[in-house]
Amino acid sequence: MAKLDSKTPKGPVAEKWTNHKGKINLVSPANKRLIDVIVVGTGLAGASASATLAELGYNVKTFCFQDSPRRAHSIAAQGGINAAKNYQGDGDSTYRLFYDTIKGGDYRSREANVHRLAEVSTNIIDQCVAQGVPFARDYGGLLDNRSFGGVLVSRTFYAKGQTGQQLLLGAYSAMNRQIGRGKIKMYNRHEMMDIVVVDGKARGIITRNLVDGKIERHSAHAVVIASGGYGNVFFLSTNAMGSNVSAAWKIHKKGAYFANPCFTQIHPTCIPVSGDHQSKLTLMSESLRNDGRIWVPKKLEDVKAIREGKLKPTEIAEENRDYYLERRYPAFGNLVPRDVASRAAKERCDAGYGVNKTGEAVYLDFASAIMRYGKEQAHVKGLDENNEALVKKLGQEIVKAKYGNLFQMYEKIVDQNPYETPMMIYPAVHYTMGGVWVDYNLMTTIPGCYAIGEANFSDHGANRLGASALMQGLADGYFVLPYTIGDYLADDIRTGPISTDLPEFEKAEAAVKAQIEGFISNKGSHSVDYYHRKLGKIMWNKCGMSRNEKGLKEAIKEIQELREDFYKNVNVPGNVNEFNEQLAKAGRVADFLELGELFAKDALERTESCGGHFREESQTPEGEALRDDENFTFVSAWEYKGAPSKAELHKEELKYEEIEVKTRSYK
Amino acid sequence: MNLTLKVWRQAHKNAKGKMETYQMKEVSPDMSFLEMMDVLNEQLMAEGIDPIAFDHDCREGICGMCSMFINGEAHGPDRLVTTCQLHMRKFKDGDTITIEPFRAKAFPVIKDLTVDRSAFDRVQQAGGFVSVNTSGNTQDANAIPIDKHDADKAFDAATCIGCGACVATCKNASAMLFVSAKVSQYALLPQGKVEATDRVLNMVKQMDEEGFGNCTNTGACEVECPKGISLENIARMNREYLSASLKG
Repeated sequence: MAKLDSKTPKGPVAEKWTNHKGKINLVSPANKRLIDVIVVGTGLAGASASATLAELGYNVKTFCFQDSPRRAHSIAAQGGINAAKNYQGDGDSTYRLFYDTIKGGDYRSREANVHRLAEVSTNIIDQCVAQGVPFARDYGGLLDNRSFGGVLVSRTFYAKGQTGQQLLLGAYSAMNRQIGRGKIKMYNRHEMMDIVVVDGKARGIITRNLVDGKIERHSAHAVVIASGGYGNVFFLSTNAMGSNVSAAWKIHKKGAYFANPCFTQIHPTCIPVSGDHQSKLTLMSESLRNDGRIWVPKKLEDVKAIREGKLKPTEIAEENRDYYLERRYPAFGNLVPRDVASRAAKERCDAGYGVNKTGEAVYLDFASAIMRYGKEQAHVKGLDENNEALVKKLGQEIVKAKYGNLFQMYEKIVDQNPYETPMMIYPAVHYTMGGVWVDYNLMTTIPGCYAIGEANFSDHGANRLGASALMQGLADGYFVLPYTIGDYLADDIRTGPISTDLPEFEKAEAAVKAQIEGFISNKGSHSVDYYHRKLGKIMWNKCGMSRNEKGLKEAIKEIQELREDFYKNVNVPGNVNEFNEQLAKAGRVADFLELGELFAKDALERTESCGGHFREESQTPEGEALRDDENFTFVSAWEYKGAPSKAELHKEELKYEEIEVKTRSYK
Repeated sequence: MNLTLKVWRQAHKNAKGKMETYQMKEVSPDMSFLEMMDVLNEQLMAEGIDPIAFDHDCREGICGMCSMFINGEAHGPDRLVTTCQLHMRKFKDGDTITIEPFRAKAFPVIKDLTVDRSAFDRVQQAGGFVSVNTSGNTQDANAIPIDKHDADKAFDAATCIGCGACVATCKNASAMLFVSAKVSQYALLPQGKVEATDRVLNMVKQMDEEGFGNCTNTGACEVECPKGISLENIARMNREYLSASLKG
């Protein structure tokens, strides 16, 4: 395959997108009716792309594995969405959002893409309000903002702790309008099993109807993958149970390069693991760090007493608490970026200061925020500011209005009241910055196959800032892909419908059937989850928050062995032609078992530390991540060559024309 | 703790279903209900029995995919939670737990505890949107100030997760709480008011065509709703419907 070409337009970074849009090919409204587009996934990226493509006039077929497009895991995003609106007048601008995102990503993302993202961010908010998304407002009726990690302005728009839900339901409603008009044909409970490439172009997909097991062929002039990230390779993550890498992995195996697989975000504030039965982890939104202060006890004897249940955290005096983020990073304090906050929590817990039975938890404390808000309220209402009980009650009401659903979630899971005692939190796998390599037009290395949202690698470099995933998903789907795809489809206006009787469809379908029949006839002795859990343990222990050469080499070997054992000994009950969750899961875990190896290989190759990728061999004396710009200012794009171990590395050099590459500091 | 589970088993849509009894030992009170079901399924597979099919995805109470009628209540005995947020500490050692699918004419069973709720999607497709294209060329988001109280009420209505607990709970299998939540969200916002007349008429028509029953104001739906969607929304939809009918 040819050398990697990012197709970044020429000219100053601030003008690239405008110029590019003005020059690319368009498809006339009459011709759009002759063109079919497949979209896989209905999260923010997939739903917004489906709706917009249909509005433009394309015939869209959209697929999701859930029972309704509204269930996609974007729905669970809590804290908010960034936009450079500068409504607060605190000095925000497109440039500042662009700069913060590049810096937050530890200088490993593509400048032109990130600038475009910052440019369209403001349109997203306008669009969503017009759709009836009920963002939080102040008493003057205008939109409210909050702050997120790694920035010094308030640019995050939110709807309590359910921003993802409200944005997704907005995109879902836009889709519904087009489904009602017949411009989108929606396929619920369908899983993409493979992509079909004809004459070097993406021309369709093979799906399995999860209700009756039927294998189906679907053709189109272009295929858009919007299937999300691969955090579930760790088994335990904040992703939904069904979130998987399969669509992205299948296109990788048919020619799409996979970029930076080792760039994974471990989110600092999640509810700690409670036992071996655990099936997933629950996030506590980063927005909580606006008001919550993170600490562990200063004295080891206090830690011991807490673990034994002899001491309550509220009984520890202020001077005996170590607010370690405020101590280490005075400028950003509790709002340092996620990778920094996670490593700092691990550092304290590894040193023995973890506050729960497993030693893997720190406190997130709202006591001072409750008192601060309470005093303010008492003052506004003309009540006694020195009445502690009253102030506490008033403060709790404000905190409830801001984060009520998160506090309720915490209480249901942990069985403790976070209004009265600090939350216990610990880092967990949350998001994957790596993904399918795409050029500036969001096209993969398979012509006609696009990847958008978390499924691609493009905008977040080695670490994503909070509230930027929603922004990227909707930017890609509403405002970028619908334009850039026209440039490619302009050549297809005379092509006519693609036949599903082509030999390429037949071959792809036969391979899919062989794989699933293989699973059913295997009659092994271990369940699919048995393998998934084992894979997750390897990934967490050796490819998690810190990585080293020895561990990564072991991980590669262990994953290879586990994969071999999986094909020999996995047990998938039931039949092919029925609703069979275990069978669906087997296919997904098979792909994770391959991706996991490439992940470790990528992490081994990148001997520097950057963002969420921390190599123990590359750190400063203070334990901060140490980049190696001379040797690693590139995107690793892996080409599939028959097995993950044989994958070939291609490098996309990253050039910083607008922003000076510096050591990232939040001190 | 040790439990006896009585679970609805049904091989497919047209098969005859029945309750099966399973014993579970050493269930941790810290498990979520669905984690308990995972363990049961591992146990069943080890015994060569087909695992129980149930819908679930996010496991944090927001996607609306999990269902289950537990001991006669949608999402089980706890309040303001979905089944995935229900924890075993709500049960006692030695308890017998009955688990059935969400039952309604408009929600046919697919397998075991999994039901087809696509009727909800079709009701939304009939009018649950604002007809504005996603071009981004709309007016500035702050161009129309919205009364905070209205915005908050619209948000409360919009938090519906579309799980169907209201339908499963209602003795008439009515979807009024679900439909009224969507109608209310838009009715309370200036952006939604423009096509409010057509919206309520079309959504209610589709709701009836899907086979959902009528509302007889028992209020059971509100009690079982995991998101606390208020009956006030039904009253608002009735007003919207009446005024739309008079206009139409």
